[in-house]
Amino acid sequence: MNDPWLPQQAVVIDKVMETPDVATLSLRLADPVAHERFHFDCGQFNMLYLYGLGEVPISIMDMQQGLVQHTIRAVGRISRKLVALEPGANLGLRGPYGNSWPIKQARGRDLVFITAGLGCAPVIAAIRRAIATRPDYHRLVIMQGVKHRDDLLWQEQYERWREVPDCQVLLSASEEKQAHFAWSLGMVTSLIDKAEFDVNNCTVMMCGPEPMIRASLRGLAEAGVGLENCFVSLERNMQCAIGLCGHCQMGTPFICREGPIFRVPDVQQWFLLEGY
Amino acid sequence: MQQSAFLPHRALAQLFEELQSDGYRVVGPTAEQGAIVYRELDSVAGLPAGLVDDQAPGHYRLEQQAHGRYFDWVGTAQGLKPWLFTPEQPLMVAREVEGGLRFESVHETVPPTAVIGLRACDLAALALQDRHFLQGEYPDPHYGARREQLLLIAVNCHRSAATCFCVSTGDGPQVTAGADLVLDELDQGFWVQASSPRGRALLARLPTRPLSGAHKRRSKGLRKRAQVQQRALPARDLREPLYKARDNEQLWQSVADRCLTCGNCAAVCPTCFCSRVDEESPLDASQSTQVRRWDTCFNDEHSYLVGHVVRKSAVHKYRQWLTHKLAMWHDQYDRSGCTGCGRCITWCPVGIDIVEEVHRLCTEVKAGETRE
Repeated sequence: MNDPWLPQQAVVIDKVMETPDVATLSLRLADPVAHERFHFDCGQFNMLYLYGLGEVPISIMDMQQGLVQHTIRAVGRISRKLVALEPGANLGLRGPYGNSWPIKQARGRDLVFITAGLGCAPVIAAIRRAIATRPDYHRLVIMQGVKHRDDLLWQEQYERWREVPDCQVLLSASEEKQAHFAWSLGMVTSLIDKAEFDVNNCTVMMCGPEPMIRASLRGLAEAGVGLENCFVSLERNMQCAIGLCGHCQMGTPFICREGPIFRVPDVQQWFLLEGY
Repeated sequence: MQQSAFLPHRALAQLFEELQSDGYRVVGPTAEQGAIVYRELDSVAGLPAGLVDDQAPGHYRLEQQAHGRYFDWVGTAQGLKPWLFTPEQPLMVAREVEGGLRFESVHETVPPTAVIGLRACDLAALALQDRHFLQGEYPDPHYGARREQLLLIAVNCHRSAATCFCVSTGDGPQVTAGADLVLDELDQGFWVQASSPRGRALLARLPTRPLSGAHKRRSKGLRKRAQVQQRALPARDLREPLYKARDNEQLWQSVADRCLTCGNCAAVCPTCFCSRVDEESPLDASQSTQVRRWDTCFNDEHSYLVGHVVRKSAVHKYRQWLTHKLAMWHDQYDRSGCTGCGRCITWCPVGIDIVEEVHRLCTEVKAGETRE
């Protein structure tokens, strides 16, 4: 029997501090064969392990120059230490786990991305993939909400995306008071009215705080988007990532096993209720 | 090879000896701290001769009877769960070594283990735990290592406790599958039925006598007595009413007002499978071990996310536990997660009765529909 509990050794090759509390780590698996074999689909996650501290699930942002990239915010006991790692540091890695965004199935459609906060990390992988295969899709709409303008990671990347043909980038800051030319004031959900896409031929991908997703779903439904075309990446307290520990159940699905990405009608009976 | 025979009462000792000579450790029921529990036993002397259990909501007492039957009690405090899904399980050991980290699997040496005394509800729960731990994409090697060493000797219940409701879940009281040997205990001895090749081989080595019609008649009569139970869940898929109840938080307030959210029900439930993963290092930090421990959905940490706890109130916690057990299990594992053992009722410190709560919820859901 394979041991699903055993991590592989990984090494931090590069680190970029995106903000004072957000870092992007680029990792290489110590075993060259395993590293060569490592492949991920955007939307999947890894379990990252720190010696003496334990494991946390972190979504995979990208693979660049053959390195596995994770963007991590220092919020908990383990993520604070992950953000503090420097190149050369060792950690453990299990994964990838979970399913992926339906970007292949969405060929020929408009792609709409809605994210808030650092919730963008799993979506960024999908946006990059879509832009890399731009002709496969009609319009792209990227909506990102933050509290303050300075919270936006990868500002330059968003500016570059504005230059992509038929790609609309909409940004909102909920706690700014002063207007700014490229920004809206308010929640990301207020951007839906400004977004230009074909409600009858679109695939929506969302990630972020649950109240923001619930509000977005209301906005999308009002705009006439069928919820069967909306996908959401969900989060619960995943401790094992292999469907055994039971913590990540949201009603029926185990998020690590059937998710983390769900078609909205498949989870909305749980997601819209408090307490599941 | 014979399938069925009569084993005199005093010859049960020989079953123990045969198992031990085959290298099995024998695990069986014994009285400890006022309850029947499964422990490793040296001989039949450890069995709870003449002890019966009196169970009711929040109540478990042992009483000594004059007879010497070993298996006249109905329920152990715990089923087989701790023997397979152990309350504490090391998962992985990490060491800092020259050039990085080394990760080592944990391999356990599990002796062949014969468990005697299991009831139909215990075997049904075992099948459900097998489904969770072994039949998914990532089988758990630790559960698997223990599971493959088991030989199972079950006993048909001849009484039901006041808390039993296995008839209504379809899991008992008679053992129908999953055991190697099945016993019916009478005053003079046992009707032994072998239901696997290993069971038949074992039976052939025992000093059995031919089974008489009277033994069979007496056993069947006693089995029938066990079918008379004071509690019954509605004998149907409860998803529809429970999902309706789920959507109305008010319906859960009356039970939440009593629930201490202690998690005893989940701890004694033979199918509850939740665990948390802890990291432990000795003081010299020479290694670090990941340890799995039982957890329950009644703990805040169970639903902790950065910034908030998804299920903080007793309403949300109890609703999660009950709807998962009786409704979501159908979607996850194609059947209810309850085998009717009644342990959650007996061991609830305030005597909350899952059967009563389900009937109340179903009634109130129905009343709500009529009002509409």
